[in-house]
Amino acid sequence: MSKPKVAFYWCASCGGCEEAIVDLAEDILGVVEAVDIVFWPCAMDFKKKDVEAMPDKSIVATFLNGAVRTSEQEEMAHLLRRKSQVLIAYGACSATGGIPGLANQFRLEDILQFAYHDGPSMANEAGTRPQYSSTHEGHELHLPVLREVVRSLDQVVDVDYYIPGCPPTPKLTKAAVGALLEGKLPPKGTVLSPDIALCDECPRKASKPTDLGFVEFKRPHQAIIDPEKCILAQGFICMGPATRGGCEAVCIQGNMPCTGCFGPTSRVKDQGAKFLSSVASNVGPREEGAIDQVLAGIPDPVGTFYRYGLAKSLLRRKVPKQG
Amino acid sequence: MNDKPWEPRIVAFFCNWCTYTAADLAGVSRMKYAANIRTIRLMCSGRVDPQFVMDAFAKGADGVLIGGCHPGDCHYGEGNYKMLRRFRLLQRMLGDLGIEPERLRLEWISAAEGDKVKSVVNDMVERVKALGPFDLPGQFQSWDREVMSEAEAHAHAGQQEAK
Repeated sequence: MSKPKVAFYWCASCGGCEEAIVDLAEDILGVVEAVDIVFWPCAMDFKKKDVEAMPDKSIVATFLNGAVRTSEQEEMAHLLRRKSQVLIAYGACSATGGIPGLANQFRLEDILQFAYHDGPSMANEAGTRPQYSSTHEGHELHLPVLREVVRSLDQVVDVDYYIPGCPPTPKLTKAAVGALLEGKLPPKGTVLSPDIALCDECPRKASKPTDLGFVEFKRPHQAIIDPEKCILAQGFICMGPATRGGCEAVCIQGNMPCTGCFGPTSRVKDQGAKFLSSVASNVGPREEGAIDQVLAGIPDPVGTFYRYGLAKSLLRRKVPKQG
Repeated sequence: MNDKPWEPRIVAFFCNWCTYTAADLAGVSRMKYAANIRTIRLMCSGRVDPQFVMDAFAKGADGVLIGGCHPGDCHYGEGNYKMLRRFRLLQRMLGDLGIEPERLRLEWISAAEGDKVKSVVNDMVERVKALGPFDLPGQFQSWDREVMSEAEAHAHAGQQEAK
Protein backbone atom coordinates (compact mmCIF):
# COMPACT_ATOMS: atom_id res chain seq x y z
CA MET A 1 0.00 0.00 0.00
CA SER A 2 1.31 3.43 -0.86
CA LYS A 3 1.91 5.93 1.90
CA PRO A 4 -0.58 8.77 2.50
CA LYS A 5 0.31 11.90 0.55
CA VAL A 6 0.90 15.17 2.41
CA ALA A 7 1.60 18.68 1.12
CA PHE A 8 2.94 21.89 2.68
CA TYR A 9 2.42 25.33 1.22
CA TRP A 10 2.97 28.96 2.20
CA CYS A 11 1.13 32.13 1.31
CA ALA A 12 1.65 35.54 2.99
CA SER A 13 4.00 34.38 5.74
CA CYS A 14 7.48 34.93 7.13
CA GLY A 15 8.79 31.38 6.82
CA GLY A 16 8.55 30.75 10.55
CA CYS A 17 5.90 28.08 10.04
CA GLU A 18 8.21 26.21 7.65
CA GLU A 19 10.82 26.51 10.36
CA ALA A 20 8.32 24.98 12.79
CA ILE A 21 8.05 21.89 10.58
CA VAL A 22 11.84 21.60 10.55
CA ASP A 23 11.75 22.08 14.33
CA LEU A 24 10.25 18.61 14.56
CA ALA A 25 13.99 17.74 14.41
CA GLU A 26 14.58 14.00 14.32
CA ASP A 27 10.84 13.40 14.67
CA ILE A 28 10.52 14.57 11.08
CA LEU A 29 12.15 11.27 10.08
CA GLY A 30 9.16 9.44 11.53
CA VAL A 31 6.84 11.72 9.56
CA VAL A 32 8.78 11.18 6.34
CA GLU A 33 8.67 7.43 6.96
CA ALA A 34 4.90 7.46 7.42
CA VAL A 35 3.91 9.83 4.61
CA ASP A 36 4.88 10.87 1.11
CA ILE A 37 5.53 14.60 0.88
CA VAL A 38 4.25 15.45 -2.59
CA PHE A 39 4.56 19.24 -2.52
CA TRP A 40 6.66 21.56 -0.34
CA PRO A 41 8.04 24.53 -2.31
CA CYS A 42 10.16 25.78 0.58
CA ALA A 43 12.16 22.56 0.83
CA MET A 44 11.58 20.36 -2.21
CA ASP A 45 11.49 20.82 -5.95
CA PHE A 46 7.92 20.34 -7.06
CA LYS A 47 6.03 22.68 -9.36
CA LYS A 48 2.46 23.84 -9.59
CA LYS A 49 1.95 21.65 -12.67
CA ASP A 50 2.83 18.57 -10.58
CA VAL A 51 -0.05 19.43 -8.25
CA GLU A 52 -2.37 20.14 -11.17
CA ALA A 53 -1.58 16.67 -12.57
CA MET A 54 -2.72 14.91 -9.37
CA PRO A 55 -6.26 13.54 -9.21
CA ASP A 56 -8.69 15.53 -7.03
CA LYS A 57 -8.65 14.52 -3.32
CA SER A 58 -5.47 12.49 -3.83
CA ILE A 59 -3.55 14.40 -1.14
CA VAL A 60 -4.60 13.21 2.31
CA ALA A 61 -3.75 16.50 4.01
CA THR A 62 -2.33 19.88 3.09
CA PHE A 63 -0.80 22.10 5.78
CA LEU A 64 -1.14 25.62 4.45
CA ASN A 65 0.46 28.54 6.29
CA GLY A 66 0.28 32.26 5.65
CA ALA A 67 -2.52 34.75 5.07
CA VAL A 68 -4.03 35.28 1.64
CA ARG A 69 -3.40 38.61 -0.08
CA THR A 70 -2.59 37.95 -3.74
CA SER A 71 -4.39 36.37 -6.68
CA GLU A 72 -1.64 33.73 -6.84
CA GLN A 73 -2.17 32.73 -3.21
CA GLU A 74 -5.90 32.47 -3.86
CA GLU A 75 -5.26 30.29 -6.89
CA MET A 76 -2.97 27.95 -4.92
CA ALA A 77 -5.42 27.79 -2.02
CA HIS A 78 -8.22 26.76 -4.38
CA LEU A 79 -6.00 24.27 -6.20
CA LEU A 80 -4.76 22.61 -3.00
CA ARG A 81 -8.28 22.58 -1.58
CA ARG A 82 -9.45 20.65 -4.62
CA LYS A 83 -6.57 18.17 -4.47
CA SER A 84 -6.76 17.53 -0.70
CA GLN A 85 -9.08 15.50 1.49
CA VAL A 86 -8.17 17.58 4.52
CA LEU A 87 -7.02 21.21 4.41
CA ILE A 88 -5.36 22.49 7.57
CA ALA A 89 -4.83 26.20 8.24
CA TYR A 90 -1.38 26.02 9.79
CA GLY A 91 -0.24 28.91 11.96
CA ALA A 92 -1.72 32.23 13.04
CA CYS A 93 -1.64 33.93 9.60
CA SER A 94 -3.58 31.17 7.92
CA ALA A 95 -5.95 30.69 10.86
CA THR A 96 -6.73 34.32 11.74
CA GLY A 97 -4.78 36.58 9.35
CA GLY A 98 -1.75 36.97 11.62
CA ILE A 99 0.70 39.85 11.41
CA PRO A 100 -0.01 40.41 7.66
CA GLY A 101 -3.64 41.00 8.70
CA LEU A 102 -2.56 44.21 10.44
CA ALA A 103 -2.28 45.67 6.93
CA ASN A 104 -6.08 45.72 7.03
CA GLN A 105 -5.72 49.00 8.95
CA PHE A 106 -4.71 50.68 5.68
CA ARG A 107 -5.92 50.98 2.13
CA LEU A 108 -3.82 49.15 -0.42
CA GLU A 109 -3.09 52.39 -2.26
CA ASP A 110 -1.76 54.00 0.95
CA ILE A 111 0.53 51.01 1.54
CA LEU A 112 1.93 51.16 -2.00
CA GLN A 113 2.34 54.93 -1.78
CA PHE A 114 4.38 54.55 1.40
CA ALA A 115 6.37 51.50 0.33
CA TYR A 116 7.41 52.84 -3.09
CA HIS A 117 7.39 56.63 -2.64
CA ASP A 118 7.00 58.18 0.82
CA GLY A 119 8.97 55.79 3.05
CA PRO A 120 11.97 57.59 4.60
CA SER A 121 14.41 54.95 3.31
CA MET A 122 12.98 55.04 -0.21
CA ALA A 123 15.11 56.27 -3.14
CA ASN A 124 12.83 56.13 -6.15
CA GLU A 125 13.23 59.36 -8.08
CA ALA A 126 11.59 57.99 -11.20
CA GLY A 127 8.56 57.07 -9.07
CA THR A 128 8.59 53.49 -10.41
CA ARG A 129 6.08 50.98 -9.18
CA PRO A 130 5.82 47.28 -9.96
CA GLN A 131 3.19 46.74 -12.66
CA TYR A 132 0.86 43.77 -12.76
CA SER A 133 1.73 43.29 -16.40
CA SER A 134 4.64 44.65 -18.41
CA THR A 135 6.64 43.83 -21.53
CA HIS A 136 10.35 43.03 -21.52
CA GLU A 137 12.21 42.21 -24.75
CA GLY A 138 9.00 41.26 -26.43
CA HIS A 139 7.82 39.01 -23.61
CA GLU A 140 4.73 39.84 -21.62
CA LEU A 141 5.33 39.45 -17.89
CA HIS A 142 2.72 39.20 -15.14
CA LEU A 143 2.83 39.66 -11.38
CA PRO A 144 0.15 38.41 -9.01
CA VAL A 145 -2.48 41.04 -8.21
CA LEU A 146 -2.48 42.42 -4.67
CA ARG A 147 -5.95 42.38 -3.15
CA GLU A 148 -7.39 45.27 -1.20
CA VAL A 149 -7.98 43.07 1.88
CA VAL A 150 -5.83 40.49 3.70
CA ARG A 151 -7.75 37.28 4.43
CA SER A 152 -7.45 34.21 6.59
CA LEU A 153 -7.48 30.93 4.64
CA ASP A 154 -11.09 30.14 5.58
CA GLN A 155 -12.21 33.48 4.13
CA VAL A 156 -11.11 32.16 0.73
CA VAL A 157 -11.66 28.38 0.78
CA ASP A 158 -13.27 25.76 2.99
CA VAL A 159 -10.94 24.75 5.86
CA ASP A 160 -11.13 21.51 7.86
CA TYR A 161 -8.81 22.17 10.82
CA TYR A 162 -6.75 24.91 12.39
CA ILE A 163 -3.37 24.64 14.08
CA PRO A 164 -2.77 28.02 15.75
CA GLY A 165 0.42 29.75 16.80
CA CYS A 166 3.12 32.05 15.54
CA PRO A 167 4.48 29.52 14.86
CA PRO A 168 2.69 26.37 16.04
CA THR A 169 4.77 24.32 18.47
CA PRO A 170 6.41 21.05 17.33
CA LYS A 171 4.30 19.24 19.93
CA LEU A 172 0.98 20.40 18.44
CA THR A 173 2.23 19.70 14.92
CA LYS A 174 3.27 16.18 15.88
CA ALA A 175 -0.05 15.56 17.63
CA ALA A 176 -1.96 16.72 14.54
CA VAL A 177 0.07 14.53 12.17
CA GLY A 178 -0.44 11.60 14.58
CA ALA A 179 -4.21 12.12 14.74
CA LEU A 180 -4.32 12.38 10.96
CA LEU A 181 -2.42 9.13 10.41
CA GLU A 182 -4.48 7.25 12.98
CA GLY A 183 -7.72 8.65 11.58
CA LYS A 184 -8.59 10.10 15.00
CA LEU A 185 -9.43 13.63 13.90
CA PRO A 186 -12.06 15.61 15.85
CA PRO A 187 -15.13 17.20 14.19
CA LYS A 188 -14.48 19.46 11.21
CA GLY A 189 -13.65 23.04 12.10
CA THR A 190 -11.81 22.17 15.32
CA VAL A 191 -8.77 24.14 16.38
CA LEU A 192 -6.18 21.51 17.22
CA SER A 193 -5.09 22.98 20.54
CA PRO A 194 -6.66 22.85 24.04
CA ASP A 195 -9.90 24.87 24.22
CA ILE A 196 -9.03 26.78 27.37
CA ALA A 197 -7.38 30.14 28.08
CA LEU A 198 -3.61 30.31 28.33
CA CYS A 199 -3.79 31.42 32.01
CA ASP A 200 -4.94 27.89 32.81
CA GLU A 201 -1.54 26.45 31.89
CA CYS A 202 0.52 29.47 32.95
CA PRO A 203 3.12 28.70 35.64
CA ARG A 204 2.37 32.10 37.23
CA LYS A 205 -1.38 31.49 37.51
CA ALA A 206 -1.32 31.36 41.31
CA SER A 207 0.02 34.93 41.50
CA LYS A 208 -2.86 36.43 39.49
CA PRO A 209 -5.13 38.39 41.84
CA THR A 210 -8.93 38.33 41.43
CA ASP A 211 -9.08 42.10 41.32
CA LEU A 212 -6.37 43.61 39.14
CA GLY A 213 -7.28 47.30 39.68
CA PHE A 214 -4.89 48.74 37.07
CA VAL A 215 -3.48 52.18 37.86
CA GLU A 216 -1.05 52.25 34.92
CA PHE A 217 -0.02 50.19 31.92
CA LYS A 218 3.60 49.64 31.00
CA ARG A 219 5.21 48.17 27.92
CA PRO A 220 7.98 45.58 28.11
CA HIS A 221 10.71 48.00 27.00
CA GLN A 222 9.80 50.51 29.69
CA ALA A 223 10.30 48.48 32.85
CA ILE A 224 11.80 45.26 34.17
CA ILE A 225 9.35 42.37 34.38
CA ASP A 226 9.39 40.40 37.63
CA PRO A 227 10.07 36.80 36.51
CA GLU A 228 7.83 35.23 39.16
CA LYS A 229 4.60 37.26 39.29
CA CYS A 230 1.62 37.34 36.92
CA ILE A 231 2.71 39.68 34.10
CA LEU A 232 -0.75 41.25 33.72
CA ALA A 233 -0.86 42.00 37.46
CA GLN A 234 2.39 43.94 36.99
CA GLY A 235 0.61 46.26 34.54
CA PHE A 236 1.96 44.82 31.27
CA ILE A 237 -0.61 43.84 28.67
CA CYS A 238 -0.60 40.03 28.62
CA MET A 239 -3.23 38.53 26.31
CA GLY A 240 -3.30 35.25 28.26
CA PRO A 241 -6.88 35.60 29.59
CA ALA A 242 -8.31 35.96 26.05
CA THR A 243 -5.97 33.59 24.23
CA ARG A 244 -6.21 29.86 23.65
CA GLY A 245 -3.66 27.72 25.46
CA GLY A 246 -1.56 24.93 24.01
CA CYS A 247 1.77 26.69 23.68
CA GLU A 248 2.57 25.80 27.30
CA ALA A 249 3.21 29.49 28.00
CA VAL A 250 6.51 29.63 26.12
CA CYS A 251 6.61 33.45 26.03
CA ILE A 252 5.80 33.75 29.73
CA GLN A 253 8.58 31.25 30.45
CA GLY A 254 10.86 33.60 28.52
CA ASN A 255 9.55 36.41 30.78
CA MET A 256 7.60 38.10 27.99
CA PRO A 257 3.84 38.73 27.96
CA CYS A 258 1.50 36.73 25.73
CA THR A 259 0.72 38.62 22.52
CA GLY A 260 -2.24 36.41 21.60
CA CYS A 261 -0.97 34.33 18.65
CA PHE A 262 -3.10 31.26 19.43
CA GLY A 263 -6.30 33.24 18.84
CA PRO A 264 -9.49 32.93 20.89
CA THR A 265 -11.11 29.86 22.43
CA SER A 266 -14.25 28.44 20.82
CA ARG A 267 -16.51 30.44 23.17
CA VAL A 268 -15.16 33.77 21.98
CA LYS A 269 -16.11 35.40 18.67
CA ASP A 270 -13.69 38.27 18.75
CA GLN A 271 -10.47 37.99 20.71
CA GLY A 272 -9.66 41.70 20.72
CA ALA A 273 -13.11 42.80 21.91
CA LYS A 274 -13.10 40.17 24.62
CA PHE A 275 -9.68 41.18 25.86
CA LEU A 276 -10.62 44.86 25.78
CA SER A 277 -13.63 43.98 27.90
CA SER A 278 -11.56 42.17 30.47
CA VAL A 279 -8.69 44.61 30.71
CA ALA A 280 -10.77 47.81 30.71
CA SER A 281 -13.22 46.50 33.34
CA ASN A 282 -10.25 46.00 35.63
CA VAL A 283 -9.03 49.59 35.44
CA GLY A 284 -8.98 51.04 38.95
CA PRO A 285 -10.40 54.59 38.74
CA ARG A 286 -14.10 55.41 38.30
CA GLU A 287 -13.99 58.90 36.77
CA GLU A 288 -13.65 59.50 33.06
CA GLY A 289 -10.49 61.62 33.25
CA ALA A 290 -8.65 59.24 35.55
CA ILE A 291 -9.82 56.22 33.52
CA ASP A 292 -8.51 57.82 30.31
CA GLN A 293 -5.19 58.53 31.97
CA VAL A 294 -4.74 54.85 32.82
CA LEU A 295 -5.94 53.74 29.39
CA ALA A 296 -3.48 56.13 27.71
CA GLY A 297 -0.93 53.42 28.58
CA ILE A 298 -2.45 51.41 25.71
CA PRO A 299 -1.61 53.73 22.79
CA ASP A 300 -2.47 51.25 20.03
CA PRO A 301 -5.42 49.04 21.04
CA VAL A 302 -5.91 47.61 17.53
CA GLY A 303 -2.27 46.57 17.15
CA THR A 304 -2.19 45.24 20.70
CA PHE A 305 -5.48 43.32 20.92
CA TYR A 306 -5.65 42.20 17.27
CA ARG A 307 -1.96 41.58 16.63
CA TYR A 308 -2.76 38.25 14.96
CA GLY A 309 -6.50 38.41 14.52
CA LEU A 310 -7.63 41.57 12.72
CA ALA A 311 -8.53 39.78 9.46
CA LYS A 312 -10.77 37.33 11.32
CA SER A 313 -12.25 39.88 13.76
CA LEU A 314 -15.90 40.94 13.63
CA LEU A 315 -15.05 44.09 11.65
CA ARG A 316 -12.24 42.47 9.58
CA ARG A 317 -10.43 45.74 8.82
CA LYS A 318 -10.48 49.48 9.26
CA VAL A 319 -13.73 50.39 7.57
CA PRO A 320 -12.87 52.77 4.71
CA LYS A 321 -14.93 55.91 4.25
CA GLN A 322 -17.63 55.28 1.69
CA GLY A 323 -18.18 57.27 -1.47
CA MET B 1 -38.40 47.83 -4.70
CA ASN B 2 -37.97 49.94 -1.60
CA ASP B 3 -38.51 53.65 -2.19
CA LYS B 4 -38.54 54.67 1.46
CA PRO B 5 -35.74 57.05 2.39
CA TRP B 6 -32.95 55.55 4.50
CA GLU B 7 -33.57 55.57 8.24
CA PRO B 8 -30.80 54.71 10.69
CA ARG B 9 -31.07 51.49 12.68
CA ILE B 10 -29.77 51.89 16.20
CA VAL B 11 -29.35 48.98 18.58
CA ALA B 12 -30.02 50.03 22.18
CA PHE B 13 -28.74 47.99 25.12
CA PHE B 14 -30.74 49.15 28.13
CA CYS B 15 -30.25 48.19 31.76
CA ASN B 16 -33.29 46.51 33.28
CA TRP B 17 -33.19 48.61 36.46
CA CYS B 18 -33.03 52.10 34.99
CA THR B 19 -32.97 52.95 31.27
CA TYR B 20 -35.30 50.14 30.24
CA THR B 21 -37.80 51.22 32.89
CA ALA B 22 -37.32 54.82 31.77
CA ALA B 23 -38.14 53.81 28.19
CA ASP B 24 -41.25 52.09 29.56
CA LEU B 25 -42.15 55.28 31.42
CA ALA B 26 -41.69 57.30 28.24
CA GLY B 27 -44.08 54.85 26.59
CA VAL B 28 -46.85 54.97 29.19
CA SER B 29 -46.45 58.75 29.36
CA ARG B 30 -47.17 58.77 25.61
CA MET B 31 -43.98 60.63 24.80
CA LYS B 32 -43.08 60.55 21.13
CA TYR B 33 -39.55 59.90 19.98
CA ALA B 34 -37.81 58.59 16.87
CA ALA B 35 -38.69 54.97 16.10
CA ASN B 36 -35.14 54.06 15.05
CA ILE B 37 -34.00 52.16 18.12
CA ARG B 38 -34.23 48.40 18.60
CA THR B 39 -34.10 47.89 22.34
CA ILE B 40 -32.41 44.91 23.97
CA ARG B 41 -32.95 44.58 27.71
CA LEU B 42 -29.99 43.47 29.79
CA MET B 43 -29.79 43.08 33.54
CA CYS B 44 -27.01 45.68 33.74
CA SER B 45 -25.00 47.95 31.46
CA GLY B 46 -22.03 45.99 32.84
CA ARG B 47 -23.33 43.02 30.85
CA VAL B 48 -22.60 44.81 27.56
CA ASP B 49 -19.72 42.87 26.08
CA PRO B 50 -17.79 44.88 23.44
CA GLN B 51 -18.42 41.86 21.19
CA PHE B 52 -22.15 42.73 21.27
CA VAL B 53 -21.39 46.22 20.03
CA MET B 54 -19.12 45.06 17.23
CA ASP B 55 -21.51 42.28 16.27
CA ALA B 56 -24.34 44.81 16.03
CA PHE B 57 -22.28 46.87 13.58
CA ALA B 58 -21.22 43.76 11.67
CA LYS B 59 -24.88 42.79 11.28
CA GLY B 60 -25.98 46.17 9.96
CA ALA B 61 -26.49 48.62 12.84
CA ASP B 62 -25.80 52.27 12.07
CA GLY B 63 -25.34 53.10 15.73
CA VAL B 64 -25.27 51.52 19.19
CA LEU B 65 -26.71 53.18 22.30
CA ILE B 66 -26.01 51.90 25.80
CA GLY B 67 -28.11 53.04 28.74
CA GLY B 68 -27.12 52.43 32.36
CA CYS B 69 -27.67 53.70 35.90
CA HIS B 70 -26.11 56.92 37.11
CA PRO B 71 -22.72 56.54 38.86
CA GLY B 72 -23.29 55.25 42.38
CA ASP B 73 -26.72 53.82 41.52
CA CYS B 74 -25.81 50.45 39.99
CA HIS B 75 -28.08 47.69 41.27
CA TYR B 76 -25.02 45.44 41.44
CA GLY B 77 -22.62 48.07 42.74
CA GLU B 78 -19.97 48.26 40.01
CA GLY B 79 -21.51 47.32 36.63
CA ASN B 80 -21.89 50.83 35.24
CA TYR B 81 -18.27 51.70 36.12
CA LYS B 82 -17.10 48.62 34.26
CA MET B 83 -19.14 49.72 31.26
CA LEU B 84 -17.75 53.26 31.43
CA ARG B 85 -14.16 52.00 31.41
CA ARG B 86 -14.83 49.66 28.48
CA PHE B 87 -16.66 52.41 26.64
CA ARG B 88 -13.72 54.83 26.92
CA LEU B 89 -11.35 52.34 25.29
CA LEU B 90 -13.88 50.83 22.89
CA GLN B 91 -14.88 54.17 21.42
CA ARG B 92 -11.21 55.04 20.84
CA MET B 93 -10.45 51.64 19.31
CA LEU B 94 -13.51 51.73 17.06
CA GLY B 95 -12.37 55.18 15.93
CA ASP B 96 -9.07 53.59 14.86
CA LEU B 97 -11.15 51.04 12.93
CA GLY B 98 -13.11 53.68 11.03
CA ILE B 99 -16.27 53.91 13.16
CA GLU B 100 -17.14 57.54 13.99
CA PRO B 101 -17.50 58.25 17.74
CA GLU B 102 -21.09 59.48 17.27
CA ARG B 103 -22.15 55.95 16.32
CA LEU B 104 -21.49 54.65 19.82
CA ARG B 105 -23.02 56.38 22.82
CA LEU B 106 -23.23 55.69 26.55
CA GLU B 107 -25.82 57.50 28.67
CA TRP B 108 -26.84 57.33 32.31
CA ILE B 109 -30.64 57.39 32.47
CA SER B 110 -32.49 56.65 35.71
CA ALA B 111 -35.88 54.92 35.88
CA ALA B 112 -37.54 58.33 36.42
CA GLU B 113 -36.00 59.98 33.34
CA GLY B 114 -38.42 59.04 30.55
CA ASP B 115 -37.89 62.46 29.00
CA LYS B 116 -34.15 61.81 28.83
CA VAL B 117 -34.75 58.63 26.81
CA LYS B 118 -36.70 60.77 24.40
CA SER B 119 -34.10 63.53 24.07
CA VAL B 120 -31.11 61.15 23.89
CA VAL B 121 -32.70 58.94 21.23
CA ASN B 122 -33.85 61.90 19.15
CA ASP B 123 -30.44 63.52 19.37
CA MET B 124 -28.57 60.35 18.49
CA VAL B 125 -30.84 59.62 15.52
CA GLU B 126 -30.14 63.14 14.21
CA ARG B 127 -26.36 62.69 14.56
CA VAL B 128 -26.34 59.25 12.94
CA LYS B 129 -28.57 60.54 10.13
CA ALA B 130 -26.01 63.25 9.47
CA LEU B 131 -23.27 60.61 9.20
CA GLY B 132 -25.27 58.45 6.80
CA PRO B 133 -25.61 54.67 6.55
CA PHE B 134 -22.84 52.44 7.90
CA ASP B 135 -24.00 49.22 6.22
CA LEU B 136 -21.14 46.91 7.16
CA PRO B 137 -22.86 43.81 5.67
CA GLY B 138 -22.97 45.64 2.34
CA GLN B 139 -19.32 46.61 2.74
CA PHE B 140 -18.32 42.98 3.46
CA GLN B 141 -19.98 42.00 0.18
CA SER B 142 -18.23 44.70 -1.79
CA TRP B 143 -14.82 43.82 -0.24
CA ASP B 144 -15.25 40.18 -1.19
CA ARG B 145 -16.11 40.85 -4.81
CA GLU B 146 -12.35 40.86 -5.54
CA VAL B 147 -12.01 37.16 -4.69
CA MET B 148 -15.08 35.94 -6.59
CA SER B 149 -13.44 35.41 -10.01
CA GLU B 150 -10.80 33.03 -8.65
CA ALA B 151 -13.42 31.10 -6.68
CA GLU B 152 -15.64 30.75 -9.74
CA ALA B 153 -12.75 29.65 -11.97
CA HIS B 154 -11.93 26.83 -9.56
CA ALA B 155 -15.51 25.74 -9.02
CA HIS B 156 -15.60 25.40 -12.80
CA ALA B 157 -12.30 23.48 -12.94
CA GLY B 158 -13.63 21.05 -10.31
CA GLN B 159 -16.77 20.38 -12.35
CA GLN B 160 -14.79 19.85 -15.55
CA GLU B 161 -12.68 17.21 -13.85
CA ALA B 162 -15.70 15.46 -12.40
CA LYS B 163 -17.17 14.91 -15.90
